[in-house]
Amino acid sequence: MMMFIFRRLIQTIPVVIGVTFVVFFIMQLVPGDPAVLLAGEGASKETVNAIREQLGLNRPLLVQYFDYLLNVFQGDFGTSLKNSQPVLDEIMVRLPITMELAFFSIIITIVLGMAAGIISAVKPYSLTDTSVMLVALLGISLPSFWFGLMMMYFFSVKLQILPVAGWDSILHVILPALTLGAGGAAIVARMTRSSMLEVIRQDYIRTARAKGLREHVIIYKHALRNALIPVITVVGLQFGALLGGTVLVESIFAINGLGRMIVDAIRMRDLPVVQGGVLAASLIFVIVNLFVDVFYRFFNKRIELN
Amino acid sequence: MPVEVNTEKSIVITQTINLPKRSKFKDFLSILMVNKAAMVGAMIILFYIFIGLFAPLLAPYNPYEIILEDKLLPPSIDHWMGTDDKGRDILSRILYGSRLSMGVGFAAVAFGSFFGIIFGLVAGYYGKWVDSLIMRMMDVMLAFPGILLALAIISALGPGLMNVTIAVGAFSVPLFARIVRGSTLEVKRLEYIDAIRSLGANDFTIIFKHILPNILSPIIVQGTLRLATAILSAAGLSFLGLGAQPPSPEWGTMLSNGRDFLFSAPYIAIFPGLAISILVLGFNIFGDGLRDAFDPRMKK
Repeated sequence: MMMFIFRRLIQTIPVVIGVTFVVFFIMQLVPGDPAVLLAGEGASKETVNAIREQLGLNRPLLVQYFDYLLNVFQGDFGTSLKNSQPVLDEIMVRLPITMELAFFSIIITIVLGMAAGIISAVKPYSLTDTSVMLVALLGISLPSFWFGLMMMYFFSVKLQILPVAGWDSILHVILPALTLGAGGAAIVARMTRSSMLEVIRQDYIRTARAKGLREHVIIYKHALRNALIPVITVVGLQFGALLGGTVLVESIFAINGLGRMIVDAIRMRDLPVVQGGVLAASLIFVIVNLFVDVFYRFFNKRIELN
Repeated sequence: MPVEVNTEKSIVITQTINLPKRSKFKDFLSILMVNKAAMVGAMIILFYIFIGLFAPLLAPYNPYEIILEDKLLPPSIDHWMGTDDKGRDILSRILYGSRLSMGVGFAAVAFGSFFGIIFGLVAGYYGKWVDSLIMRMMDVMLAFPGILLALAIISALGPGLMNVTIAVGAFSVPLFARIVRGSTLEVKRLEYIDAIRSLGANDFTIIFKHILPNILSPIIVQGTLRLATAILSAAGLSFLGLGAQPPSPEWGTMLSNGRDFLFSAPYIAIFPGLAISILVLGFNIFGDGLRDAFDPRMKK
């Protein structure tokens, strides 16, 4: 197990370096000379050259990249063009909010999704199954930003039982977390159902029934454990979708998280902030995937040993 | 000891029965058409294509014309879906918007599948360091959560529908590459590929003439399902103000505008969202049906 963790850690390093490479070179696609953009319109040639020299923009791109990589590993994600503050400081303020939102959303994804999938699987092809899967299909088809707006309309405007925006109390968490978690729950529900049906058809389940075991023991103690293995992978992937989805949800509910920071920075053309925000979110996703892989392996081994 | 030998001659009568050849395409169609849900999905998609094509004939009003006296009117006989804050008919804008949303979706998937297929074919066929290099590149692209890669590209290129198409297409590339690589690995091991190679066919011919046609099924399924995601992603980027710009009748842009009037005129946000949801639902249902129809276990 330790060897597996070590090997996965080693495999993660080139992915992390690759992510920094992609983020750095995407920013090079910005049309125009960055020194001219920073100096502003009407700036003299000397000013532009001085900025170019100061920021090292006259060096070869690969050299600039390695400089950038070194800075990232030292915790320097650059400086905001708008307020001249270190990007990492802004990220550290916003990131906990986004992680809280992602955490509550993933809880909804797992609980709602697995419950729906299990309910569907234990009564396959029944009215319950059809209804649940139809709702799941709708869940993956509805745009999250529209779903969030509709929930805001019904619960905050019409019924006035939940706040419209902000992030001050547990009540503020409900709508954004539901908006973000619902789509993932739909995917997990379909996956859980499919996985459970495959497992329920196995011979050992038939044997368990023949032995006279009660249905709920068969489902929850025997079938579910094995059915969860592919579901864990899907949940891990959903975390990535959640992180990306925070961009939209934070904009709708005016939450000052990392996603909203990135969108605002794009609008203001504050590219170091965009670069830093995207990099931070991607690195978190890589780390979460690593944990999911390790957990998957651990869970798989426990089932094999049992 | 003498061995008995049976010297009786046996006459075997054989009769050749000519069975009609079962067309793979007919098999596929018969499974697909039995799937009612898939047919509903297909009808939805065809309906949207129809309204997109004939929007100028179907739209009751000019989608760009501003009539301030008619602003924020609720749904009525004159305006079935109401009007927005500039007096523009929402139904007309949705009809014209279907061209933009589907156009971006198809273009993004075409872009993503083109590069994804090439990467996947090359990686799967050549293997070794080529496969490792390409797949590690795809892993890096997949390391970006959700639409963040698209956002990073948009931040560099600037907002606009063309840039949204490129950005959304880019994050489809690794998904197609993985599927195509997996299918290529399976097909390249088949004996007929060895036979074709021994007949002197070059790599280009083998890859594009013999391997690619045999791995189209998973590509078509993935393409259909990716269309749904591409339309959602493009609408999402436009909702954030990074895609189509006003006064474009793109559905995401309309939703973004509708957000400001959620309290007073919620229908401005309701109808574009419904339009997106129904189209995406159509692609998802049809894509599921395609996957079942291509599944060899479903064949009778």
